[in-house]
Amino acid sequence: MNTPAKIGPPMWLLAEVTYRCPLHCVFCYNPVDFAKHEVELSTEDWLRVLREGRELGAVQCGFSGGEPLLRDDLETLIGEARQLGYYTNLITSGVGLTEARLDAFKAAGLDHIQLSFQDSTKEVNDFLTHTRTFDLKQKVGEMIRARGWPMVMNVVIHRLNIEHIGRIIEMADALGAEYLELANAQYYSWALLNRDQLMPSREQLRRAEAITDEWKAKLADRMRILFVVPDYHEGKPKKCMNGWGNIFLTVTPDGTALPCHTARMLPGLEFPNVRDSGLREIWHESEGFNHYRGTGWMKEPCQSCDDREKDYGGCRCQAFLLAGDPDAADPVCPKSPHHEIVSGALENAEIPARQAQPLIFRDPKESRRLTQEANSPSLTT
Amino acid sequence: MNGRPRLGHGFRFQWEPAQQCHVLLYPEGMIKLNQSGGEILARCDGQRDITAIVADLETAFSASGLRGDVEAFLAMAIEKRWLRLDTGANA
Repeated sequence: MNTPAKIGPPMWLLAEVTYRCPLHCVFCYNPVDFAKHEVELSTEDWLRVLREGRELGAVQCGFSGGEPLLRDDLETLIGEARQLGYYTNLITSGVGLTEARLDAFKAAGLDHIQLSFQDSTKEVNDFLTHTRTFDLKQKVGEMIRARGWPMVMNVVIHRLNIEHIGRIIEMADALGAEYLELANAQYYSWALLNRDQLMPSREQLRRAEAITDEWKAKLADRMRILFVVPDYHEGKPKKCMNGWGNIFLTVTPDGTALPCHTARMLPGLEFPNVRDSGLREIWHESEGFNHYRGTGWMKEPCQSCDDREKDYGGCRCQAFLLAGDPDAADPVCPKSPHHEIVSGALENAEIPARQAQPLIFRDPKESRRLTQEANSPSLTT
Repeated sequence: MNGRPRLGHGFRFQWEPAQQCHVLLYPEGMIKLNQSGGEILARCDGQRDITAIVADLETAFSASGLRGDVEAFLAMAIEKRWLRLDTGANA
């Protein structure tokens, strides 16, 4: 196997502390069958994972979910992570965040909060009319800034809100954002189920980028804006996770350790659980982490491609979801024999009024229903 | 150029044993510093002004004439928002 001679330390430990969530986002990247994995690691398990991750060399620690605020022990975990020397990041919708809780996070040494907007169509009107969502974000934003944290915001962009990107940026500015990530939806899990409704047309995307550029210039002195282009439209495979098992280690609510937060879907790979193995062993020796390291696993057209070290063949989950083969080239690549799946989806997005199926909202009931149906692989088409 | 440099909003500076270097951490990212960058940033505590930082470095490394290099690094770091410069009378 042509795996890298030396495996460096992970930079990131992402602690997905729960799949529970008060929201029902149609683009959520949590597994579609999340309701099956109800067991959560105990506080002691997480504390051990944090220590082992730090010993392994991880410096960035993210707490996400689901909605991490639903864990009552979050301040304990943040406190331990900070103590260990991690830069601690809380990735939250802000739903349920109180002054008291924020004071506890501050005392625990939390370094940074990324506040996400999760407007789904249920809330799109509310969002556009600046009522409930705006009030909530404004309140939470003020509470965050009052405690001296940098204001970092993330908005998932898709067909249902892309026309309002200017207003989204304006709102972020009104909330005092120093950094705004406009992340185009990526089509995994729930977002893949809803791809037809979520994917913007080329023209929508082009306009959104142009509007974002105007705002970038206007707000250059106070806000950094990052516009993340979707890989479907760009026609270029992304260097997924900056390389498999290269800098990123995710631990899911039930303790499964993954090289990326969606990798659990990949067939034929065993991913270890932190209750059975230490993180060092998991990172360096497990089959799950070693399998797609380097380029030795590749097939054609990746194997002989000049860009194989640049993009590592794109995303393994996308290859599996679209081509049905996790070893295949990512179908967003024009060299992929399955590229017509991607170009077909793009063509479909050009049709203005499509007869689309109703949106599927992420909730436990839908999750159980879809898990039951999952024997049919029709989710991929 | 004068004033008292200190870390920018949201940045943290520390030694990383696994990297064997000083790093600057910020929301979701990390910058690995070379030795001189690390030595300069270690002294940017919002207390010392640039003159004091240069003097301190020159003593620590038995060198002289470091001001130009230090200022060039600080200008770059301020531009990247790693550092802020307090220049007020009470700063």
